[in-house]
Amino acid sequence: MSSASQVHDPAAAEARTEVPARRRRRMRKMTPRDRIVVAVLLGIPLLLDLAFVWFPAIGTVLLSFTKWNGVGSLHTKSCVPNMPSILNNGCVYGIQNYHQAATIYPEFWPAVRHNLIWLAVFVVIATPLGMLFAVLIDRGIRGSRMYQSILFLPVMLSLALVGIIWEFVYSQNYGLINTVIGRNGNDNAIDWLGNPHLNLWAVLLEATWRQAGYVMVLYLAGLKAVDPSLREAALVDGANAWQTFWKIVFPVMRPINIVIMVVTVIESLRAFDLVYITNKGINGLELLSVLVTTNIVGETQRVGFGSALGVVLLVISLVPISIFLYQTFRREEQS
Amino acid sequence: MSADTLPRIEAPARRTGGPGAKPKAWGQIASQVFLIVASVLWLLPIAFALYVAIRPYSDTRKYGYVSMPHHITFQNFRDAWTQSDMLHFFWNSVLITVPAVIIVLCLASGVAFVLTRVNVKVNVALLILFTAGNLLPQQVIITPLYRIYLKITLPHFLSSSGLMYNSIFGLVVINVAFQLGFCVFVLSNYMKSIPGEMYEAALVDGASLWTRFWRLTVPLCRPALAALATLLTTWIYNDFFWAITLMSSGNKRPVTSALANLQGQFVSNQNLIAAAAMIAAVPTLVVYILLQKQFIAGLSLGSSKG
Repeated sequence: MSSASQVHDPAAAEARTEVPARRRRRMRKMTPRDRIVVAVLLGIPLLLDLAFVWFPAIGTVLLSFTKWNGVGSLHTKSCVPNMPSILNNGCVYGIQNYHQAATIYPEFWPAVRHNLIWLAVFVVIATPLGMLFAVLIDRGIRGSRMYQSILFLPVMLSLALVGIIWEFVYSQNYGLINTVIGRNGNDNAIDWLGNPHLNLWAVLLEATWRQAGYVMVLYLAGLKAVDPSLREAALVDGANAWQTFWKIVFPVMRPINIVIMVVTVIESLRAFDLVYITNKGINGLELLSVLVTTNIVGETQRVGFGSALGVVLLVISLVPISIFLYQTFRREEQS
Repeated sequence: MSADTLPRIEAPARRTGGPGAKPKAWGQIASQVFLIVASVLWLLPIAFALYVAIRPYSDTRKYGYVSMPHHITFQNFRDAWTQSDMLHFFWNSVLITVPAVIIVLCLASGVAFVLTRVNVKVNVALLILFTAGNLLPQQVIITPLYRIYLKITLPHFLSSSGLMYNSIFGLVVINVAFQLGFCVFVLSNYMKSIPGEMYEAALVDGASLWTRFWRLTVPLCRPALAALATLLTTWIYNDFFWAITLMSSGNKRPVTSALANLQGQFVSNQNLIAAAAMIAAVPTLVVYILLQKQFIAGLSLGSSKG
């Protein structure tokens, strides 16, 4: 490249000694126009990301230490205890929101429990099921393309739509399940989505139905990227399919396993649409995400309190996010 | 790739025959049975909703929903379409999805180019910032975002309410901001695979930074951009949360979140709800049928880090 640049350079003869320096400078020094291009290309999206994602994220943390109903302004005075809440507005509330959430807010612990159950079902059932689908399909059995298309279909549908579609399956009086098992009478019908002991599991079946396909697609991509010679070598060494997968393929797929771990945890924290379309997230379907939302868009706005619940979500989500970022960017920091 | 290689691997194993051959055959049968059962279970809810949608209300009321078909009709689709003003909601979805996808892809490719091809000192930190932003649960940012949206005023031609809240523009902005991180991550990985020699050659030709971005990098990223466009269209079209929280009135909402209202409107006629749901699924089903490869490629690009 350096010889080519000398040919093109009109001042090549005298510049020859200067070439290494010039090349280095070319990487660093840009024309004013280039600088403007960099500033615009980087600046606008950065501003957007900071203003509408990171500023609110920090805002959630700050607001969680205040008591505010959204009307009037925020100030830095502490809230006065034992005063009517009208007078205690926009004030600094310390960790009272967290304290109240944990002690006197009746929906908090059920919501935490439901989120944990959601996560557990994703970890124990949905994700392994998706991985199993992927492994079976990747073995190239007959009809694998068709199976993949069918199992993947729910991923395309919005969760709101999934909720509506499953209502026909679960409905008390006309639903598919109750009619088939003969429990659609008025006295013996099973209220799958209304009974607070059942509805979380019913909705989790819907969620698993969609999540397994999602994991399957992600895992298939990872499996296809595994060097086939690795498997051939394992086969030559006499390993069976089970051993080949757990000893050879699974360790090689560490990056994709981490992606799937992140997707699993984040999706179970984000879970909102399904329960909201089913019954707006009440009566057995409380989730942290729903509580955050009802505290800010409901009639009584408790901005500080809703933010405190949001911070709980933030803190939990930071664990998988950090693991993912560490795993992904570690190499680049070193280089 | 593995589709060509796998049969080749299995062939010699089968030829060795003997005791090893039998479990393999059983394994094949078991896999087939398992996948067939799973496929039937996976299709069943959708098939049932479709079945409800194509039967007249009088029929299902008389015989129940789980019964043999006596009449098949498309009237439910026609009624759902006209009675719920679905065209209007679809148009809202178009007004949100199309600009959002285009803007995200333009902005993200710019950022990804700068972060991979220009020596900005903090480029890894910025890449982390963008990527992490997309991984946050939406509920973490919604509370302040909701307040911000109520505070920002917009000129009347952008929002009839005069606020960022309850405006199509506001929804485009949040979808763009939230999806940026994912696209930057995917595109920067993709751009890293472009050989450096191409840029050196362009530099020799005196190409400016903009030319190297717009004439060299963007065309080379076309496969990734197509995959991302498919993915984003589906995701933004399917968005429910932003539209529910950042819009107050039903009639500005896109079709996915308007479904919740339709459910209330047709509460006495399940057949119409099923028909409306099926209509709302059409755009994603079109993507599923025509662009499934692109969609999956987009997901894989996001998950496989080189």
